[in-house]
Amino acid sequence: MQFAAVLPLQSGAQIRDYALSYETYGRLDADKSNAVLICHALNASHHVAGVYAGQDKSEGWWDNMIGPGKPLDTDRFFVIGVNNLGSCFGSTGPMHINPETGRVYGADFPVVTVEDWVNAQARLLDALGITTLAAVMGGSLGGMQALSWTLQYPERVRHAVVVASAPNLTAENIAFNEVARRAIVTDPDFHGGHFYDHGVIPKRGLRIARMIGHITYLSDDVMNEKFGRQLRSALSQKASFDAGPPQGETAPSEGSAVRAATSVGAYLYSTQEVEFQIESYLRHQGDKFAEYFDANTYLLITRALDYFDPARDHGGDLSLALARATSKFLLVSFTTDWRFAPKRSREIVKALLDNRRDVSYAEIDAPHGHDAFLLDDPRYLGLVRSYFDGILKELAI
Amino acid sequence: MSDAATMETIARLVPPGSRVLDLGCGDGAMLAYLKEARRCSGYGIEIDDANVLACAQRGVNVIQLNLDEGLSLFDDATFDVVLQIDTLQHLRNAEVMLRETVRVGRIGVVAFPNFAHWPNRLSVLRGRMPVTRRLPYQWYDTPNIRVGTHADLALLAQRSNLRVHDSFGIQDGKTIRFAPNLRAGTSVYTLSR
Repeated sequence: MQFAAVLPLQSGAQIRDYALSYETYGRLDADKSNAVLICHALNASHHVAGVYAGQDKSEGWWDNMIGPGKPLDTDRFFVIGVNNLGSCFGSTGPMHINPETGRVYGADFPVVTVEDWVNAQARLLDALGITTLAAVMGGSLGGMQALSWTLQYPERVRHAVVVASAPNLTAENIAFNEVARRAIVTDPDFHGGHFYDHGVIPKRGLRIARMIGHITYLSDDVMNEKFGRQLRSALSQKASFDAGPPQGETAPSEGSAVRAATSVGAYLYSTQEVEFQIESYLRHQGDKFAEYFDANTYLLITRALDYFDPARDHGGDLSLALARATSKFLLVSFTTDWRFAPKRSREIVKALLDNRRDVSYAEIDAPHGHDAFLLDDPRYLGLVRSYFDGILKELAI
Repeated sequence: MSDAATMETIARLVPPGSRVLDLGCGDGAMLAYLKEARRCSGYGIEIDDANVLACAQRGVNVIQLNLDEGLSLFDDATFDVVLQIDTLQHLRNAEVMLRETVRVGRIGVVAFPNFAHWPNRLSVLRGRMPVTRRLPYQWYDTPNIRVGTHADLALLAQRSNLRVHDSFGIQDGKTIRFAPNLRAGTSVYTLSR
């Protein structure tokens, strides 16, 4: 959907003539009360559920959660997925033409924040004629947007489902983002963000950014279980890794038998070739990511993560910041998630308790680290299902 | 201890409209009842996944938390009533949690199995740990890591400088005020700081 009106941004800059890609699932009730907005994290899109006709492996990134008969049941709810500004899946981003200059934005794309995204999403809802959301839901950075919705538009949100998220990033978390950004920015093909003009892509930087991201999305235990110290050459070429990256993809089944092992466990004694299976996995994930993801988008989205901090305007007091929220909340965290640890979710829970808000909180003992929020865990999915059942009962009254 | 009469007896200790924190809320039945019958609001604390799900299904606010980690999520006197129904006997830090109960709540309501109930005494006299409807577990697989009596809690309350507002027993859904330490399977106290 195209938006001509200027959108003022938190930085003081503004953007005009922008487009937002979105998808909807299910049917909007006559009284428009059953809409649920899904907010995406770093590398996902508006395609949250279902498959595109004739396209294999085109499942939406939250297809296990959303769809007919799924925990968020699209037979009952009207679900909206939207791609955020600055992303690279259809909405206006750094790879598009800047109407002010007639040139590709590149590094000149304005820095956007979680709050800016929420404002843009609100305009999309306005255009769709939706005043109030039955729920807003997201995981990780998507959870931050869901939380921000309850602060920016409290009167428009009945429920917020915030999964594997945090009230802001810790120094360690910003540090990981910065390493990823430096990998991209220092790639000779980055050209200060204007690589489009040079017909190149800073793939090396993107690969490394993705590799470090992947490490932080998994838990030590799961990584050891999946890969351990296995050598690439010793593995069956059919090895697959269901831990998977955030979009639920699986690791390569091709190419792992390039070099037949002379004997199981023989080292190559090479410093640069792939020796361990985990290296192969990370390189594959990096390669795949560099093929489809935009380098400037990576910088923008990690910065949006860094900047998010609703307590900042309240002297760091999250309870004061969340006093504005009037919606009901479900928060979920995962015990082995060290990137968005349970204690960060508990901070949000405490702030909501301080404000006497309706809140439920589950700490799911899943082994998969941050990735768990995209995976099948019957406790997690069952809880979300029950929560949405409750929302339906409320709507019926 | 989920029978309706017992639940109603304990619920009567909760003033209508109270803000309630239910420590170890199980499947949320008590909170749902208090919400429905006495217009109460509040939260349950539960560690068990299945119980957390059951609470969500009932539409009861539930916070998944290990009570042995304390109640640091909650500020002083932020609840009218804090319930500890059949929870005390599972806690490693039972004494700390008793103090926490009356720190967070203006009133604490504690109910737990009374080990001095006469069938239990008989069993021990015969040289065997009791296995009853109220204490249905064998000694080697019981989740009850604390066994105490109605009389014991009075002493612990005194030691912890807690005020006892009321105490009685419940047996077969009925309130027992005469010799509860002998005659009741369940001991109930209302306490405050």
